[in-house]
Amino acid sequence: MQEEMAETKLKSISELLTLIVNLPTAVAKHFSKCRVLWTPKIHQGMSLTAAKERGQLVFLEGLKSCLDLLFGEKEKQSGQPSPLQFISESASNLKALFDFVRTSVTPAGSESWKGPVLLVDDLSVLLSLGATPVAVLDFIHYCRVTVCSQLKGNIVVLVHSNEDSEDEENELVVNSLCHHSDLILWVEGLATGFCKDVHGQIKIIRRASLELTAEQDLVQIYQYKIQDKNVTFFARGLSAAVL
Amino acid sequence: MAAAPAAGGTVRGRGAISFQRKAAAGSRLAAVAGTRPSVRHGQLLLSSGLPSLDCVLGGGVAVGTLLLIEEDKYGLYSNLLFKYFLAEGVVCGHDLFVASAKEHPDNILKELPAPLLDDTYRNELAEEATAVKSEDFEDSMKIAWRYQNLPKMEASPTTSTKFGHYYDVSKTMSPELFQSIKWHSFYLPEELSLQPEVKTCNVNSAYARLLQSIQRIIYQEGFDGSDPQKKQKNILRIGIQSLGSMLWGDDICSSDTPEDIHSLTKFLYVLRGLLRKSLSACIITVPSHLIQNKAIMERVTNLSDMVVGLESFIGSERETNPLYKDYHGLVHVHQIPRLNSLICDVSDTKDLAFRLKRKLFTIEWVQDNYLRQERNIYPAGFSYLLKQKDSAWGEGSLQHSTFLMSFLAKATAFASRLVRHSEPHKQTGSGRIRQTAELRMWCYGHRQEAPGLLVIST
Repeated sequence: MQEEMAETKLKSISELLTLIVNLPTAVAKHFSKCRVLWTPKIHQGMSLTAAKERGQLVFLEGLKSCLDLLFGEKEKQSGQPSPLQFISESASNLKALFDFVRTSVTPAGSESWKGPVLLVDDLSVLLSLGATPVAVLDFIHYCRVTVCSQLKGNIVVLVHSNEDSEDEENELVVNSLCHHSDLILWVEGLATGFCKDVHGQIKIIRRASLELTAEQDLVQIYQYKIQDKNVTFFARGLSAAVL
Repeated sequence: MAAAPAAGGTVRGRGAISFQRKAAAGSRLAAVAGTRPSVRHGQLLLSSGLPSLDCVLGGGVAVGTLLLIEEDKYGLYSNLLFKYFLAEGVVCGHDLFVASAKEHPDNILKELPAPLLDDTYRNELAEEATAVKSEDFEDSMKIAWRYQNLPKMEASPTTSTKFGHYYDVSKTMSPELFQSIKWHSFYLPEELSLQPEVKTCNVNSAYARLLQSIQRIIYQEGFDGSDPQKKQKNILRIGIQSLGSMLWGDDICSSDTPEDIHSLTKFLYVLRGLLRKSLSACIITVPSHLIQNKAIMERVTNLSDMVVGLESFIGSERETNPLYKDYHGLVHVHQIPRLNSLICDVSDTKDLAFRLKRKLFTIEWVQDNYLRQERNIYPAGFSYLLKQKDSAWGEGSLQHSTFLMSFLAKATAFASRLVRHSEPHKQTGSGRIRQTAELRMWCYGHRQEAPGLLVIST
């Protein structure tokens, strides 16, 4: 299996209004994954479809939106450009996508959602679709200003990376995100190869502060094993197979 | 969409098992010929035409997914896999869509391999088995006893007549089997001359036309469920040959700095969207060895559901290497899908090779003794003993096993001490004190040179 490093940045999920911009996967799959990872301790088994109906969850499905853009009927909705229109235009800025995010995240008059969370599944796909790395970083910067600073929310971003990757644009985005994030979850396979009982390890890097102080980042390393509907984490060398 | 299982509004709390098993949705659709629901995630699976490849992919090709084959150097074996996929579609009664810029799809379909029916293939396989047995009789004695119990890669041919068929490469499929099959073709030179310019959306025009064509077929034939009148559901198998090559108007295979590096990835993205929305599955072969810019292949791999690379031994030094004499090439699995569950169906065995045994193409697990001999983990003297004919140290003998066990125990103990204490290879006199010590912090990471002195480091 190829080694894959997925990196997300996250403060602390403060729930309620969540916006998921989901690019390559289908709706059903993502919903089921999200449902599973929220253990009953934290949530009472939240249902995402119910949340979507309440208006608590806004889900942009990249695949569907792209298909509508390319094969949709000719009638254009006035004043509503498609969030992914950068694919068909030569200008590769992600402004339309950001506008979509901003309108979804800012609470309208009657709603009282606080602390929005923006989850971006796979920023690397945006690069494959033609956005320049600078445009992607601009998009994240604008989102951070809106969501984190103005609305006191959180952003979670997923990127793919390879150790000996030749994709320089991707590495640029990943490095830049690393520098700007407060918490990095670095997931990779084991250096020694494939193992049935330990699927990989996760490194949690907590930034002490983004300013130049003498404090070191706090790094914790755990190993994990993925089961059908659950992931178990344990300290290094202490997998269930060994104990 | 019918292909994607219902998400359902189930609430999953501790203790309350109101959990809709996805298999329920799958069993409704099992009525479609040639498919079966997966036990793990309830998605509908199709056979790829090669039962051993189905095993590698975790049961088969899921409906709505994309299988990408990285071509071997001369495209021989990848072409074979491509034809197997289409032949399986014919045998199961699925609709076909064949796209190529190189060969006319009519010619491709004329050359599909003939399926082996129940009575004939058993004879074929028996023939193969006896031929193999006589060659490998001596070899099989040398395989260490502990390897004989490990599972073989091939699926047993006796039961899978409905899902997964065997094909005879030396014969072509008879035209009668095509009678009831509906197939669509896309031959690029014809399409370019027929149609006027299409809206390109910044994608290579050949890809744009292909996407339009696929979308039109899916919509018109009702594979996306848009036609409620259609009771009998069927699967559309899409095959695209040599995508990314120069014949498609893309220069990623011919230059280091191609004009548009995003065309292929955009195409794959949109194609995956179309596949997810419909009852279809797609196989694409890509000449990845020609693509200069490796970043593109990484992105392509990330955008596909399943990626299998073929590396043939033709022309390489491995062709004459006796270790690989039974095989024609290696199989590298770069990507496996994770559909509706956190875990993917990955088999434990990682070293896969393929061979074309006269008529049958199989993918097998390479026996580990090949790799062992390549890496040569045995100490020098022992290898010499092993190589001698009929030596008492042959594999499977008791002396061999006990020697191995004690040797490996000593070696790992030595190595772990080495790693733990960062000790140098040579054991000097003063080092003995520290040999059995607990983990200590060496100053500056190096061992202190203090011959004759007992230094107690903190």
